[in-house]
Amino acid sequence: MALLAVERIKLFSTRSPWWCMLLALGLTLGFTGLIVANAGGVFVLSVATTQVAYNFGLMVIMVMAALAITTEYRFGTIRATFQAVPKRTAVLVSKTVVVALLAGVVGEIIAFGCWGLSRLIKPDASLAIQTADDWRNVAGVGLVYVVGAILALGVGLLIRQTAGAVAVILVWSLLVESLVGLIPTVGVKIQAWLPFNVASHFLHGDQQLVAGGQGASGIHYQMGVWVSMLYFAGVAVALLAAGIVAANVRDA
Amino acid sequence: MIEAVGLTKRYGPTLAVDDLSFTVRPGVVTGFLGPNGAGKSTTMRLILGLDRPTSGVVRIDGKTYHELDRPLRTVGALLDAKWVHPNRSAYAHLLWMARSNGLPKRRVQEVLDLVGLTAAAKRRAGAYSLGMSQRLGIASALLGDPQVLLFDEPVNGLDPEGIVWIRTFMQSLAAQGRTVLVSSHLLSEMAVTAEELVVIGRGRLITQCTTAEFIERSSAATVFVRSPQLSKLEPALAEKGFTVETDGEGLKVSGASTEEVGDVAAAVGAVVHELTAKRASLEQAFMALTEDAVEYQTGHDVVTEGA
Ligand SMILES: Nc1ncnc2c1ncn2[C@@H]1O[C@H](COP(=O)(O)OP(=O)(O)OP(=O)(O)O)[C@@H](O)[C@H]1O
Ligand SMILES: [Mg+2]
Repeated sequence: MALLAVERIKLFSTRSPWWCMLLALGLTLGFTGLIVANAGGVFVLSVATTQVAYNFGLMVIMVMAALAITTEYRFGTIRATFQAVPKRTAVLVSKTVVVALLAGVVGEIIAFGCWGLSRLIKPDASLAIQTADDWRNVAGVGLVYVVGAILALGVGLLIRQTAGAVAVILVWSLLVESLVGLIPTVGVKIQAWLPFNVASHFLHGDQQLVAGGQGASGIHYQMGVWVSMLYFAGVAVALLAAGIVAANVRDA
Repeated sequence: MIEAVGLTKRYGPTLAVDDLSFTVRPGVVTGFLGPNGAGKSTTMRLILGLDRPTSGVVRIDGKTYHELDRPLRTVGALLDAKWVHPNRSAYAHLLWMARSNGLPKRRVQEVLDLVGLTAAAKRRAGAYSLGMSQRLGIASALLGDPQVLLFDEPVNGLDPEGIVWIRTFMQSLAAQGRTVLVSSHLLSEMAVTAEELVVIGRGRLITQCTTAEFIERSSAATVFVRSPQLSKLEPALAEKGFTVETDGEGLKVSGASTEEVGDVAAAVGAVVHELTAKRASLEQAFMALTEDAVEYQTGHDVVTEGA
């Protein structure tokens, strides 16, 4: 318990998490507002479409999570930490719990904030959350943020440098996972197994966000939505575990 | 009490610490002396369990660092005053450290008062001067009221006032019966701070003894004698068993006192124009002792590892 308090004090006694949270909120709400206000024609407003901006917030939250560990290496506070508490695994698990919880809370605020904003802008649209799919579309965003934060912490622990860790996270999730689709034939097959694609499959299932569009970008997912979530979480936890093992083996 | 036994640390091709054994007793300030790159900081990281020794072990009061429960209550350390997040206040920094070892909030205020940082405690640590950062480092070392304290070059870059403050502080900590190990690459600094010395070079132990003994042993006296009749004087001194070396118009006599040289001169009837006792400066003595152990020598070929 004390370790959770320690990590909470550390996280909130610098400004960057606050900035990241504000940025995540601003980006997602702003983008959602623009989309919803201009919706119409082929773009039919649904509960799922109120969440299309989740990726912006996810990127920012993952950067925040990576920073939570890389700045400790950058400023040497990781050494002060391991000096105070030599049980490295306990320290890093506590940090993960605190960061992931925060990511989850921010994720839910963003998700329901975007949904609420959409209702305000378009009161006549049928945006009531009724089905299990609706609930997953909205509340699931927080879950994806939790797992994304865990993944980012794992990457941060393995790479240790802010620039490197952030570059890997952003380039992977924003570029690599979509560009793989350019590889003929096998591309889309590989895409069905890439973690962030799978995470979006968890949120949206096989729903088509844009009527008459090309479906969910032609990827045929092999897993159901909840198995997709487990798969995404499995990748994140594996990265975190690798990061924690590395932190224990390597010099601080 | 700190006990290192066969401590060895290798970073790739660099042997930073090489089979190092020493003990640090409570009650006195022990100086950890060695030229740049000797392995002082590495040894301190090994003591704190931050780096993993390649072989050997170091124990604090019989336990390795990892075996200590709430280690800040046993060992306090200032290895690098910059190990603070620049956007975090001194207060928040000390607060998380206190929480991690179950120390009360009150203790944070106490150590801030102790090092005179109370007024600046809520400011971001990145804006502190070097002296203030050093004080914060000392405050975090003292947080758990530990019996063992490690300081890595604590006076580096400080002004004379700061140097005296830290020196007196360390001595008072030792006087309270604590174990204090402080590193430096300056013998002159250690001569006025430490009672005991652990001297290392290139990761190896050169000697462990009292500071007085080290200075006595290393700065062997020589006598310089100038005379127009060196041809008479030189064999007479050599006969007495002194090591004699010609130095311009005079002789450098090792291991002799001015009285002894004067007596010899009178006995052979040599005119003496100058008779001076010369003590090597502390720095020279230290350099002579650690010469083979300096990693980066100027004007020499690079010394190959493991020679
Ligand atoms: N993390 C590291 N990786 C690689 N080499 C290292 C590392 N830390 C120290 N070294 C090397 O080990 C040797 C000892 O370094 P160390 O910092 O312990 O010396 P020092 O006695 O503290 O020197 P100084 O007086 O300059 O602080 C040096 O050759 C240094 O380059
Ligand atoms: Mg050093």
